[in-house]
Amino acid sequence: MAEVTLVGAVTLALGRALADDPDVVLLGEDIGVNGGVFRATEGLRDAFGADRVIDTPLAEAAIAGVAVGMAAEGLRPVAEFQFMGFIYPALDQVVSHVSRLRNRTRGRLSCPLVIRAPYGGGIHGPEHHSESMEALFAHIPGIRVVIPSSPARAYGLLLAAIGSPDPVAFFEPKRLYRTVKQEVADDGEELPLDLCFVLREGRDVTLVSWGASIKETLEAAEALDEQGLSAEVIDVATLTPLDMDSILASVEKTGRCVIVHEAPYTGGFGAEIAARLAERGLLSLLSPVERVTGYDVIPPGPRTEHRYAVTADRITAAARRAIAFPDEPAGQAAE
Amino acid sequence: MAGPEIPFTRYIDAEGRAVAALPNSAGTQVLTRLYREMVMARRFDAKMISLQRTGRIPTYPPTLGQEAFHIGLAHAMAEDDALFPTYRDMPSQLARGITLAEALLILGGDERGNDFAGPRADFPQAIPIATQVTHAVGAAYAMKLRGERRAALAIIGDGGTSKGDFYEAMNFAGVWRAPVVFAINNNGWAISMPRDRQSAAGTLAQKSIAAGIPGEQADGNDAVAVYDVIGRALARARDGGGPSVVECLTHRLTDHSTADDASRYRDPGPLSEQWKEEPVQRLRTYLSDEGLWSKEDEEQLIAEIDSRLEETVDGHAASTPPPPEAMFDHLYAEVPADLAGQRRQVMARFAGETGEGDGHG
Repeated sequence: MAEVTLVGAVTLALGRALADDPDVVLLGEDIGVNGGVFRATEGLRDAFGADRVIDTPLAEAAIAGVAVGMAAEGLRPVAEFQFMGFIYPALDQVVSHVSRLRNRTRGRLSCPLVIRAPYGGGIHGPEHHSESMEALFAHIPGIRVVIPSSPARAYGLLLAAIGSPDPVAFFEPKRLYRTVKQEVADDGEELPLDLCFVLREGRDVTLVSWGASIKETLEAAEALDEQGLSAEVIDVATLTPLDMDSILASVEKTGRCVIVHEAPYTGGFGAEIAARLAERGLLSLLSPVERVTGYDVIPPGPRTEHRYAVTADRITAAARRAIAFPDEPAGQAAE
Repeated sequence: MAGPEIPFTRYIDAEGRAVAALPNSAGTQVLTRLYREMVMARRFDAKMISLQRTGRIPTYPPTLGQEAFHIGLAHAMAEDDALFPTYRDMPSQLARGITLAEALLILGGDERGNDFAGPRADFPQAIPIATQVTHAVGAAYAMKLRGERRAALAIIGDGGTSKGDFYEAMNFAGVWRAPVVFAINNNGWAISMPRDRQSAAGTLAQKSIAAGIPGEQADGNDAVAVYDVIGRALARARDGGGPSVVECLTHRLTDHSTADDASRYRDPGPLSEQWKEEPVQRLRTYLSDEGLWSKEDEEQLIAEIDSRLEETVDGHAASTPPPPEAMFDHLYAEVPADLAGQRRQVMARFAGETGEGDGHG
């Protein structure tokens, strides 16, 4: 079993899918000869040919549009967008066609494609290279939104996404692309979509996150543990369709919830989870739901992006407030 | 500034006279079939407008005047080619084999119509402008990758050729030498915008030049020209010759849609001139002069079409809507657990309503 990075696990899964299913094709800008700007498709063109690992001309709307036609004709296209910040021309296709081809033909045609894009900040990228706009996609009925947070989950979830009969937006936390190595068996095993992963069990507070900020969330749980407080950590992994039952079960146990995401606060996907906790978990809650998120601003440039970042300290402070409630004020207003 | 040389094809002129020897592919059977379906297209269109005016279907996009384009291209396609139509292309879909009942379901706002039994690889109508052209290129890529002898045909209007999707699609198709044909229905108007304010290009076909693919024009009021030029472009595509653009010059002889009033922006003078070029009369004159069509044939055809249309409208009126849960059942391959609660709520809310089952409980 090889130790791989998160981006290495993506490559491994793409290679496995190409090897196992002749209908799988990859397409995107610079993914062939160059192996992708993050090297996620390194070596795949040589192994599987330029017809299946397709260097496209530079046009994001067309990459999504041709993938729709390919998928309807029975291929399994996996389209790479170099950065989430450049995916917006493709949104028209996602909203208008990808998400609804099955529904509007009553299943005669479908769109089993995967849209891959690195997202999030913290790599000192120029403007437009740091966005976390997953909530835009989570608002679109008919697609699945999946975000891995470790090499093993990147491998298993990406294979599940490619195998899924439904369209999947698969966002990769580029800040974690090369920070961790993990043993990943290239065994073709998919991980379940639509299920949260409990990364750490705890009693006092539930920390809910996904993608890159899982790193800080786990660090916060560790810090809380040193302070004698026990935090449960849930990696949502599939934002939509959401596995709310796992989150509710955890909050029923801990009575407190801190939701962590790098995306802006207002309308972030954390708001959806908080609303559902209010609807279905109110009587389990011992304190207001806390959210630790990015601010409602344009992510600052690399010189000051650390001021925007979600940190373990902010998460720990929110968790401590929740646990101290009602002796101390809690909720976002307390920040 | 002189524009680039763009070939233009016409076989039958506005007076119904052959101005060139008709292509071998357009034999008597083909010609009468084209004519019969053009008459169907026109009467279907009139029937849909009356259904819309009486509140039985929602906003409807008329096809009046574009029958030669729609029927000519549909007959140029092979059964296993794939069509990527827009909202104005129902006559092409009917000629490709979807049923009148399915067409009325689609136009009446019932998704089951798009699960048509006819050409199963054909896409449903695209309602956003120009989004369908990249789909056709992707489908064509899949056909080529698998070594199939098929082609994709995307229809786009003159307004649609202003969008980036069109340029991107042509560009991809050129690089990939994808077996796809872009058929432009240049009917002169994009709602209120006339062709000369849509683009400063002398022809829309010449936009192909920048993508490195051939472009030509056909008289879109001449069914034989459309049938021939699109047919040759499709054959070239299937044979590995790559993509083409075919601009067909038609006239939109009425409003953009039943929600539109063209008198607000359109001078009636040129319109009456354009009526003299309309495609149905033109082909009828040709066929009559050649002794291939009689007054009796015409009467019989119209009686047959009207009876089929009446039957379809009655059948539609008697049909029941899909069941309440249908909007949940086809969104994903299987209903996700997270959607099951909303699905139950809707089923409970509309428990009294009966709907036709569609195989999903």
